[in-house]
Parts: sequence; C-alpha cells; structure tokens
Amino acid sequence: MLRQIEGSKAVADAVALCRPEVVCAYPISPQTHIVEGLAELVKSGALEPCEFVNVESEFAAMSVAIGASAAGARAYTATASQGLLYMTEAVFNASGLGLPIVMTVANRAIGAPINIWNDQSDSMALRDAGWIQLYAETNQEAADLHVQAFRIAEELSTPVMVCMDGFVLTHAWEQVDTPDQEQVDAFLPPYEPRQVLDPAEPSSIGAMVGPEAFTEVRYLAHARLMEALDLVPDVSDRFAEAFGRNSGGLTRAYRTEDADTIVIALGSVLGTLKDTVDELREAGLRVGVLGLTCFRPFPADAVRAAVGHARHVVVLERAFEPGVGGIVTQNVVAAAPATHVHTVVAGLGGRAVTKASLDGVLRAADRLPPLTFLDLDRTLIDRELGRLAATRRSGPTAENLLRDLGAVASRIG
Amino acid sequence: MAVTPIKFYQTGSFAVGGRLLGADQRSVQSDRQRINSIDCGHRACQGCGEALGARYALDAAMRATGNRMVAVNATGCLEVFSTPYPETSWRIPWLHSLFGNAPAVATGVAAAMKAKGRTDVRVVGQGGDGGTVDIGFACLSGMFERNDDVLYICYDNEAYMNTGVQRSGATPAAARTATTPAVGPEPGAVFGQGKNVPMIALAHEIPYVATATVADLRDLEAKVTRAMEFRGARYLHVLVPCPLGWGSASHDTILIARLAKESGLFPVFEAEHGEIVATSKIRRRVPVEDYLRRQTRYAHLFGDRPRTDVIARIQAQADRNIRRYDLLGED
Ligand SMILES: Cc1ncc(C[n+]2csc(CCOP(=O)(O)OP(=O)(O)O)c2C)c(N)n1
Ligand code: SF4
Repeated sequence: MLRQIEGSKAVADAVALCRPEVVCAYPISPQTHIVEGLAELVKSGALEPCEFVNVESEFAAMSVAIGASAAGARAYTATASQGLLYMTEAVFNASGLGLPIVMTVANRAIGAPINIWNDQSDSMALRDAGWIQLYAETNQEAADLHVQAFRIAEELSTPVMVCMDGFVLTHAWEQVDTPDQEQVDAFLPPYEPRQVLDPAEPSSIGAMVGPEAFTEVRYLAHARLMEALDLVPDVSDRFAEAFGRNSGGLTRAYRTEDADTIVIALGSVLGTLKDTVDELREAGLRVGVLGLTCFRPFPADAVRAAVGHARHVVVLERAFEPGVGGIVTQNVVAAAPATHVHTVVAGLGGRAVTKASLDGVLRAADRLPPLTFLDLDRTLIDRELGRLAATRRSGPTAENLLRDLGAVASRIG
Repeated sequence: MAVTPIKFYQTGSFAVGGRLLGADQRSVQSDRQRINSIDCGHRACQGCGEALGARYALDAAMRATGNRMVAVNATGCLEVFSTPYPETSWRIPWLHSLFGNAPAVATGVAAAMKAKGRTDVRVVGQGGDGGTVDIGFACLSGMFERNDDVLYICYDNEAYMNTGVQRSGATPAAARTATTPAVGPEPGAVFGQGKNVPMIALAHEIPYVATATVADLRDLEAKVTRAMEFRGARYLHVLVPCPLGWGSASHDTILIARLAKESGLFPVFEAEHGEIVATSKIRRRVPVEDYLRRQTRYAHLFGDRPRTDVIARIQAQADRNIRRYDLLGED
C-alpha cells in the first residue's frame, strides 16, 4: 500500500510485518522513532506475540537480543552512534554465536564533539564485527531491506545490520509502498534456529574455545559471510519477484557502462549523486555512480566488474579513519587495484552534500589528490593549526573553532 | 514442597545427605531420580566452593522446574571450568555470552519463552561476584527493576578469581588480592569500600532475595526451591570460598563458609518483596579471628607483628551485622 509516511515509521511497520518476537531498544537520536513505533504496535496488541523490553542501555539491548535469539525467538533492536559503540562487545558476540539478530543503525556521527547529525562513522566503526551490513538509499529501500535482512540472517544464521542515514532518511516523509502481511509471511518463513536453548534437547552455547580450534571457528565465520555474496542478490531477486520492486542486492550501478569517472557511495547521498550525474551527462561528461547496498561482506567482484574500465574512481566516504583516510577506499583499491582511486570525505556530522560540490568533484576527478575533505573551511583550519603550533598545548579544538564561528557565544552566552 | 528445618550440624552425621530422612524431607542430592545439571569432567580446582554451590543450586532449580530450565552464565571461573571446548559439563540448555551481560541475556531468554508461550521453561542467570556486583550490575539492576522472570544467582568468592585473584566490589576489607597487595599502612583491600548487592536487591523490592553459603547446602536448596515458587526477578547471593584465591585448604571450604556465617561476617537471610522474613541464627558464635586465620589472604594480619587493630575493625563489622540482622536471637 502506498503511503506518505516518515522513514522511521515505515521501517517500524516493515519490521512489525516480519513478526519479531522480542524487540528491545534504548533511546538515541535519530533511532527513536523506529522503536517508538514498535513499542506502540506491541503495547496496543497489534503486534503479537511480541515482548518489548525497555532496557537500561544499548549493551543490555543487544544482550537481550542475544538471549532471545538463542532461545529461538526472532529478535530485533535498533540504535545509532554512541549507542552502537556502547553495545560493541555484544555486537561482536552476536555474530560469534551465529545469532540471526536484525538491527537498524540510524547512522549518526560519533563524538567528541558530540553531534547528533548524520554520517556513517558508527556502522563503519563496526565493519569488522562479523555482521552483514546493508545500506539503504531511500526509505522504500530501508523498509524493504529489513524484510530481506531477516531472511538473509536466518538462512545464514548470521546477524544483519540495516543502515539508514539518520534524519535524512529516518525523519523524512516520503511515499513508501508497505507490503501486506500475507506477502511478507509468504516471503519470510518463521525463524527456525540452527541451535537453540531447549530443555528437550540441551546444548551448551558460547563455550570456551582454545587455540586448537579458534582459527577454524573464525574461518567458518568468514566463509559464512562470503556465502552472503551469493545469498544477498538471490534474496533480492526473490524479493523483486514477490513484491515487484528491486531494492537490495550487492551493488547498484547507474550510468556506469561507458563512464570515465565513477563515484562509489553508500546510502542516501546516492540520490543527489545520480541527479548530479544526469546533469553532467547532459553537459557531455561521461560519469556514473556505483551504489554499494552491501558493504559487509565486501562485494569485491561486483565492484571490480563495475569500475574496472573507468579511468578514475572517486569514493565518496561518509566516515573516515583518522591517520589513514578512506575506509571504503581501501576495500575498493583491494578489489580493483588497477584503477586510480580518490577519496573524498563528505557530509561529516550532517554537513549537507550539495549538488554544486559534487559537480565540482566530478569535473575535477582527474586532478583530485588522493584525499580530499569536501567543503572544508580552510581559514578555520589554518587559524587553529597556527594557534596549536604557537601554544604547543594539546586541548579541545572544537570549542576554539566554535568560538571563532561565534556559535558558542550566541548559544550559551 | 515445604521444607522442614533440620536442627543439626552436618559434621560427620549420617544424615548429611538426608539418607535417614523421610522421602519428603530429602535433599535433591539424595534423590535417586536426580538428574545432574553439571556433570563430571569439569576443571574446577579441588575444593572449589563455586562448583559445589552451582551444582546444588542448579540441581535444586532443575527439580523445582521439572527439568524445564535454561541457564545463562557470565564469564568467570564457572563458565571457564565447565566448558572446555569441545566438551561441556552442562546437561541443561546453557548459554554464555559475555562477562557483563548475563542478567540481560537471561532476560532475553525469558522474553523469548514468554513470547513463545513456553511459560513452563524457567530461566536462571548466574555469575561470579565480579560479573554481578561490578561489570554486570547495571544489567542486573535493570532486570530487577523490570521484574523480569529470572532467578539470578551470584557465586561470591569475593574477588575476580578467573583472571588471577584481583579485587572486586565484593572483596572484604583487609583481604589481600593481586590488586590490593598487603603493603602500606592499610594492607589488603581498604575499609569502607565494597558493594552489598543483597541489600541493593532488597531495595528493588523484588519478590525474593536471599543469601546462603555452601556450608548449609540444604538451606541453599530450600532457598532455590522457594525462589522458584515466585515469578519475577529473584536474587540469591551464595558465599563460595575459593581455595586458590583465599589461600585456604581444599578440605576447609565448607568449614570456612560456616565460620563466615557463625562469626557474623556473612549474614544469611531471606527476604520477600523488600522485607526480611527470616534470618539464619548463629548457633555457635566464633570470633572473626578463627575465620581469618585459615586463609593466607589475611596472613599479613597475623605473624610477627599482628595487626590487632585491623582484626578489631573486622570484628566490629561482624558485631554490626549481628546487631543489624539480629543474628543471635531466637529462630
Ligand atoms: C569486558 C571484560 N572485561 C574483563 C574480562 C576478563 N575477565 C574474565 S573472567 C573475569 C573475572 C571473573 O570474576 P568473577 O565474576 O568474580 O567470577 P569468578 O571467576 O571469581 O568466579 C574477568 C575480569 C572479560 N572477559 N570481559
Ligand atoms: S580459582 Fe577458585 S573459584 Fe576458580 S575454580 Fe579454583 S577454587 Fe573455584
């Protein structure tokens, strides 16, 4: 059914259609509306049987999901930013135990300085946690990916993270086609755990493993994730067949076949990128976009096939690794070593990624340095660097920058 | 089943395992039909109070639930010595996730069972004192506050034993651990610290809170049985001497646990809905020194220059407990 609906609500409804049996979450912007939606559905009896557990922290949220999933219940939670980091230990544990938990990450920057706005530093920081990571471009995709996520997670017995840009998607009202219950039921069979806590057939889950087997266990975890490279597109195809919409898979190419320059990106910025590409194509430039829907496992073959012929690849990063540069870039370079790859870090902490800026980047692709920070305010940076050099003291720089901008004075003063 | 209190000491009595008692008064251990929760083959130290406590507590829970039970374990000695992969000592469904999340994981299991309509399957969470009073405390308090249907058992050996005997929030004053060495003006753990989780649990007004020691296993079993009669959050704090960490003889585990209780240092009581309903009275009061002398973790208090001042402070703690919990009164 087509509805004008907030992204978070669309996701809450999609998750509810998947019939989770245990939902738990701890509030953090911009994730809140998703679980508020689910709380309403559970409390009103619209979604049952389902236990909604109000926990005292994200660490507990993931832990409750772990217990529930091991006991054979379909478990769901959602978080963002500091919350995701706070639950980190349990996030790794969920994949190590092979529990098919589905979690929404409403992507948000990580402090300090504290910043509630969107970038993808949070999920990127957990790229090695052994979870499948899917990134939504639109709210339609966000809703659809959740339905696929449960299917993928349960077929592989591996947790799946569905990442959607905070505010830009979670709080945006768009038209979304929500499927009906029969359709989802037909697509997603009930959760049948591979190993379950059952008094009728007792098993120990989470045993201590020594050096004689740990490597093998980790290898198998890798093998399971690599299986997802086949399963993710397969589930996407089956979803398209059942729902008449293609909104999943590993990668999505847009006007890349004959492109000299290809931009790789994840999430909602793909929309702006496609518009920019359309305009540049009209101006005669051969540019294209490759969207990564699946970032973990990394679809190396698909990326190589899509960008191998391009002269320049620009990776638009919405997070970065201080002291190194681009995170996605390193994966792209490993996948397609023969290409010129440039990193452009953009949209950190909610800074708008505008068509004008992207236009500039794409036109200058052949002249880009290896690492660029889009729309960086050089004056502010130079002043602060000068000040640091003069005083030779460490200390918080964000406050200095804000003072220079007059922001602190006007808000606090 | 109501348990009739038995008034005797277990030392050397044939009645220890309840063999001379009527069938309805027997303890789980003397029941021929008994199924073990923890099987042989685990790697606990000789005389480990935690292994003993866990076995009696879980077997009693098994009996109370008709074997329909799931156990969740925090990281720590009990978890490590019982699951040397690819072997396991657990004959019940058992889950270990992390050091600090056992109460929340248990909540998850309970929530799943509820959603699945499996109200017959009960959940027991368990951890050491470190996993309970320190790192797991937030999850524990959350579980209490929501009144989740979980019995949580803390096996208190008064330090982080699995990592090599470091101080925990339950380490008593003056005890030497690897991180509270017996040096300086106040050797061992300092006075005025420590977390009394049974009292904190009581303050949450959950249906059932109790303390116990491995010196009185029938009492421990009775408390587990009673705990399983309630729905909602329940907390059991069991003192389990650790020969390795306390520097005590393996064969002294039961004796030392008894001395902890009989000196007043470890009050044994039972509470329902926030009110203490029963205390286990001291039968033969002993000075704390009798307890302290048997453990090398207190060795620095004795020797050439005995720290009578420190011993007096510990005695004062015991006396305070005796007053507060009325431990010398009538049964
Ligand atoms: C987050 C985290 N921090 C530290 C550890 C290391 N660790 C494992 S067991 C343990 C001590 C356990 O002590 P306690 O809970 O008292 O149980 P005991 O071994 O004494 O029975 C520690 C510190 C860990 N596993 N995880
Ligand atoms: S170190 Fe202590 S608690 Fe751990 S197994 Fe040995 S005796 Fe038991």
